[in-house]
Amino acid sequence: MEIQAAPPAHQAPLSPSPHLLPPIFQSDTAPPQMITQGAEALLYRTTYLLPTLPCALKYRPSKPYRHPILDARLTKHRILSEARVLVKCRREGVPVPAVYAVDEREGWVMLEWVEGEVVRVKVNEWLRRRKELGVAEGVEEEVLKGLMGRIGRAIGRMHGGGGLCMGDLTTSNLMLRPKREDTVNGEGSRNAGDEVLGGEIVLIDFGLASQSSADEDRAVDLYVLERAFGSTHPRAEGLFSELLGAYGTSFKGANVVLKKLEEVRMRGRKRSMLG
Amino acid sequence: MALLETIHLEHLPTTPIHISLYRNVKNAPFLQQQLLAGNTDFEYAFIDASVIVSRIHVLSAAYRAINALHSHRLRSRNVHSEIVFSLSPNNNIAESFRRFGITATTENLLVVKVGGGREEVKRHLEGAVEGEAVGGMLDVGKVRKVYKLNSGGGGGKKGLGNGVVNEEEERRELEVFVLGAMALRGASN
Ligand SMILES: Nc1ncnc2c1ncn2[C@@H]1O[C@H](COP(=O)(O)OP(=O)(O)OP(=O)(O)O)[C@@H](O)[C@H]1O
Ligand SMILES: [Mg+2]
Repeated sequence: MEIQAAPPAHQAPLSPSPHLLPPIFQSDTAPPQMITQGAEALLYRTTYLLPTLPCALKYRPSKPYRHPILDARLTKHRILSEARVLVKCRREGVPVPAVYAVDEREGWVMLEWVEGEVVRVKVNEWLRRRKELGVAEGVEEEVLKGLMGRIGRAIGRMHGGGGLCMGDLTTSNLMLRPKREDTVNGEGSRNAGDEVLGGEIVLIDFGLASQSSADEDRAVDLYVLERAFGSTHPRAEGLFSELLGAYGTSFKGANVVLKKLEEVRMRGRKRSMLG
Repeated sequence: MALLETIHLEHLPTTPIHISLYRNVKNAPFLQQQLLAGNTDFEYAFIDASVIVSRIHVLSAAYRAINALHSHRLRSRNVHSEIVFSLSPNNNIAESFRRFGITATTENLLVVKVGGGREEVKRHLEGAVEGEAVGGMLDVGKVRKVYKLNSGGGGGKKGLGNGVVNEEEERRELEVFVLGAMALRGASN
């Protein structure tokens, strides 16, 4: 298991003394291990019920600057809406972590632990390895294309099957869970390093998700992801058409969304021209 | 009765729980009566074992109930009735007892006891339950019915059809649906 040690860049510069977890976790002999500290939520790795069952603990601590009643209500709402969406996704066959337990009053939810890493990290790793091997850009990009296709299909499944939009679809909210075989083969092949992009896409972070089948919301999901690829991986942005191609055939109505995407892009361009 | 299992759940190290499973129980009416009468010698969760998918399933219910106990948020009489209620996908306490709890006709019985010494619990159960202690006895059809996994909106069926190939994976998905339904119970806002 590889754990992302460094906190994300957007972490508050003055991080307060270690967050006090809810009482149930305070007496743990092996305390939950912090993985990331986002703007709203803290993510820990710990265990559920048995020492052999790893889980992700997502904790939304109370915000001292908010009115306590409002704060409790907002936290409760976010926790429950995320858990509901995950349960719905799972029932519809959308690849997301299972929900193990919810305590909306204390502000936490426990989810199935997803092995692997977020797509952003994996793509970076792949690009770095290729550079080290001296592989030029634009050649032997089949695995990257393959990854884009899998992402497109997973999003299609969420939009079409789940009737949901993610609201915050970035390369940090998509994980790549290695399949067991992927970690063994690939060694010594001509495309050494390609196994980095192997595995199954798992959608995480439904904190801003909504129940929606509107083409506009779906197109915005795709647009946000396109921009995310553009800013973190300009090279992958060029292959975004692979993702859209796979998305387009993944459910009835996907093509209408792709049309809408063009409109959303136009608006985005106009807005940035106006400054 | 060698099959009594004692577990310390993660994050609840000071609260042991004892679990035991029986087949061909002959005195369910008596056991149910002790609960209804509030007999304090019978502080147990008596569960209809045929709707329990796995060990994780029942441990999840115990975890939720003990968490509610420690944070003074029990919704039912005590931690043992709360375990039965924790199995429910909805907020109807009486209904949860009928569906998941012991009834006069229960033959497959799962017993959960929170706290207490292992030997003492074992001895008491030996005298109290007339039945054979065993391994497992799931009725998948019944589980699907009580958790409404066959009705509209996919109901878990799509999920199961989607790339789930073997029985073990199918059991695992069933477990996931059930845990999700339990976790969301009481979510009204
Ligand atoms: N189920 C999981 N298994 C393993 N790692 C996870 C899981 N969920 C999240 N992570 C890791 O934790 C990070 C943060 O999680 P997440 O995106 O859900 O939180 P967030 O962005 O801080 O929350 P929010 O945007 O809802 O306030 C992810 O980028 C990922 O690295
Ligand atoms: Mg996130």
